[in-house]
Formats: sequence, C-alpha cells, structure tokens
Amino acid sequence: MSLDLSDVKRIAHLARIEIDDAGAETALHQLSGILGLIEEMQAVNTDGIAPMSHSQDVTQRLREDVVSETNQRELFQSIAPAVENGLYLVPKVIE
Amino acid sequence: MQWEVVIGLETHTQLQTNTKIFSGASTAFGAEPNTQACVVSIALPGVLPVLNKEAVRCAIKFGLAIDAEIAPRSVFARKNYFYPDLPKGYQISQYELPIVGKGRLTIQVGDEEKVINITRAHLEEDAGKSVHEDFHGMTGIDLNRAGTPLLEIVTEPDMRSAAEAVAYAKKLHELVQWIGICDGNMQEGSFRCDVNVSVRPKGSDKLGTRREIKNLNSFRFMQQAIEYETRWQIETLEDGGTIQQATVLFDPDTGETRAMRSKEEANDYRYFPDPDLLPLEVTADDIAKVKATMPELPEAMKARFEQEYGLSAYDASTITASRSMADYFVAAAADFGGEAKLVANWVMGTVAAKLNEEGREIAVSPVTPVQLAGLLKRIQDGTISGKIAKDVFAAMWAGEGNADTIIEKQGLKQVSDSGAIEKIVDEVLAANAAMVAEYKAGKEKAFNGLVGQCMKASKGKANPAQVNEILKQKLA
Repeated sequence: MSLDLSDVKRIAHLARIEIDDAGAETALHQLSGILGLIEEMQAVNTDGIAPMSHSQDVTQRLREDVVSETNQRELFQSIAPAVENGLYLVPKVIE
Repeated sequence: MQWEVVIGLETHTQLQTNTKIFSGASTAFGAEPNTQACVVSIALPGVLPVLNKEAVRCAIKFGLAIDAEIAPRSVFARKNYFYPDLPKGYQISQYELPIVGKGRLTIQVGDEEKVINITRAHLEEDAGKSVHEDFHGMTGIDLNRAGTPLLEIVTEPDMRSAAEAVAYAKKLHELVQWIGICDGNMQEGSFRCDVNVSVRPKGSDKLGTRREIKNLNSFRFMQQAIEYETRWQIETLEDGGTIQQATVLFDPDTGETRAMRSKEEANDYRYFPDPDLLPLEVTADDIAKVKATMPELPEAMKARFEQEYGLSAYDASTITASRSMADYFVAAAADFGGEAKLVANWVMGTVAAKLNEEGREIAVSPVTPVQLAGLLKRIQDGTISGKIAKDVFAAMWAGEGNADTIIEKQGLKQVSDSGAIEKIVDEVLAANAAMVAEYKAGKEKAFNGLVGQCMKASKGKANPAQVNEILKQKLA
C-alpha cells in the first residue's frame, strides 16, 4: 500500500491538523516508512491466530453502577473561554 | 412500474443506569446544565474511561430477549468526528466486535406475523446537547448527556412498509421497557430511531440507494416520514432522476424530509480499537446470572395466557403488548376468579378506550384492577347487566367509589323478581298493540322491539334473560 500527497492532506483535514506542503512531504515520507514496516511484518504467517485488540492480554474490569462524581461545574468552567447560563459557549454550529 | 420500499432501522436506546457508561457521573434527566458533567464527560486530558457493569448487564439482557448470540469477547472502538457536543473528538462505540450479535424480533402487522432479523446491538456513549438559542451568535453546549450509555440496535433491511417499520419500532419500544433496560421516554430522547429507506422495482433483489431519516422521536412522525420519503424517491426515479445517499431530517410542520448533509467525507470515521479500554469478556456464568433475573418475556407470557386463561391468540397478543397491561390483567383476573375472557374483554375494551381517550397510562388507571374485578363480580352474579356495568364503570372512573357503593347508591340493582318483570311486560304489551300484532303476523324483529321497550321501562335494570323468557310465554 502506498500513500500519495493527497492522502496525507485528506487525513490531515479529517484530523483537523493544519499542514503546509513541506510538512505534508515530510509526513508522507514518515508514514510511508511506517507502512513499509507493516508490509514487512505481514510476511509473518498468522494463520489461526486471533487478532488482539490491545497490547496487553487482559480483559476489562468493570465498575459498580454507583454515582461517585459531584458537581464541579464552577471549577471546570473557570478555565472555559466563554460560558453563559451554565452552558459552554462555542462558535455557532450550523447544520 | 411497481415499486417496493425496503426499510431498516437503527435505534438508540438510553440504558437505565444510575451512572454514565465510562464514569461515575449521574445520568438523571433534567439537571441544571453541566452539573453532571465530570472530568470524563468533558474530556479533560489524561482521564480514563472505566466501563459500567450495569450497562453490560443491560446489553446481555437485551441479547437474551431477542435470542441472540452474546459475544464472549467484544471490543470498544473510537469513532472519530468533530462536533462541539463531543469534546473528545471521538465517540467510544463498538465496531467490528459488538456485544450482541444476530437475533430476531417477531412483529404483528394486521393478522400477519413477521420475523425481523436484528443484525447486532452494540454499546456506546451518547453525545452532549447543543443549544441553538442565540447566545450572541454562539452555540451553548450542555454535556450532562455526554457519556450516557446507549445500546444501538440495528436491523437487517427486512421491512417492506411504513406500517411494518412502525410495528417493529413499537414492539422494540415495549420490549426494552419490559426487560427494564430503558424507560422508553421518547420525549426525553431515551428511544430514538434512525430509519434507512430505499426503493427498488418490485421483484428485484438488488437494494436501491438509501437515505437515512435521522432522529425520529414519535411513531406518528416515523409513519409520516417514511411515507413521504418513499413517495419522494419513487417520483424522483420515475422522473428520470437518481437517489444520492444522504442523511435527511423530517420536518413535522411541513410533513416533508430534507437532506441534511451528504455522507461522503463526513462519514469517514476511521474506527480503531480504543487503547484506553481492554476487551470486554462475558462468560457463560455472567450470562446465566443475568438470565436468572429476566422477567417472563412477552412471547412466553402470550403462550401462557392462551393456556392458563383460555384466551384467544389475538386477545393474548393484545394483552401482552405491554407489560403494564399484562400486569393489570393478571391482577384483575386473580381477584375476579371467574372467566378470564370477561376480564380480557373489559381490559382491551372499556378500560383501554377510556385510557386512550384521556391519554393516560394503564399503570395509573383511576379504576384499579381490584375495583374492576369487583364490578365484574356483580355482572357474573347477575346483580347488574353488562349494559348497566358500563355506567357503573364510568362512575368508578369519576371517583365515585367501588362498584357495590355505586350500585347501592344509584339503585342500579338488576330486577330479577319475576313478579315485577311480569308487571312491566304486561304494561308494555298493553301499550304496544301494534308491535304485538306485527309479531303475531310473523315479524320476528318486532320481538326485539318489545324487549327493548321492557328494558327501557325498567330503566335498564330488568334481567334481560328473564324479560325474554316471560315475553315469549305471554306471546305464545
């Protein structure tokens, strides 16, 4: 699998990362290197091995369904750029 | 050309837990904005999700209720997109390995039963809420809802009409409440449906391009939206146009659907396993424990009602359409002790009609199951006729007391004294010579007229069977 410059720009746009042409060239080079490494690893025979979804072979621990959090709105909103009536304000969202 | 509509549903059900899916913040509805938004809900850097045991139990319950495979191992994934009510920049959901696999739900449309296949159901977190009132040209964000546990239930494209889609949605709505995993409150957004609609020439087995109607929060709107969308797609194709895959919104004021955004780039969610969460393991023992807490399911209860109470398939199905109605019926039948069919008729008929008329739930019916049973006992022992019973019921509904009190107070006791009835019959015969003549001339209908006159003369209180009998004797 090979990437070109337009792939890099598209991924950057989806991830909302601002990137100029020189930066995109560098990223293309680095990402291609990573993909090359993955291609090399794909030579290993993995037949019959279930893929792992996490690097540690343990399972999720569960939490009891009990409220443990208190209202800390004042504290959290003290660092927000704009708040009103308890709401966080953001630039207008248009559907 | 004959067209066929193909419909599939995705339903988001808010699970009835005390806390959020990945944090200990409360999920109670209606709190002041952002007072239930903890560090995890507002996604401060460095916080970690910890999965709620109860949310997992709810998912297992649902899997058992639709006879589905429950995955021994399922995985949480990040669904990446940017929107201000999703402060992490991704939603934690399940993608390749959902907790609930293939299952099925049987629906009833008219007299027909149909099986709707369910593809999967997965756990995920809800987003916050955007408030679009005018805050000096800005949008307000309330993150109380962010992180509320959802079970998203996805069907195969198995439905072929708006009626089938609505029947499925209603059945699912009842089921999630029945098993106690969702409060079903559509106004508060606890149960939200997205409907995928496409059309194709009848007989074709290729699916057409679909449009997704988002966030329908009433069954009536769902019906209207699907009907409008189906007509629109058929007209577009017949006019030589093509359908573009899109997300559409239904406007209840105009009754129309309109495209919201095209799906191409916005739909590139770049799912990947969330490294903050380990795989979720569900053992056979976990499943057995949940199974032990499951209530009797509607299908099983329906079969039991046919067996135990001798109800028809239709009656049993109607009574078990909701758990509260089934509970009401069982309580009334137990107290009544007589023929359960009479109880079923009253619950499905008079009680349901009155509730409907006033938009009330059966669980808070002004006439309790025990009060209804009290009324039915008086029909059974001949104290009042079925017709008078309707009046007594209305008085009970209005809060005038129990059946016995009302019958006593209003003097509604049925007259079964044959001497008294005979007197009434004699008077009616004397006053209606013309009818008597008609009857004697062979006009059977005149007999019913005479019965009617007798009942009227007794103000509905004469025992109808006795009136019939005495009339026949006198006219013989």
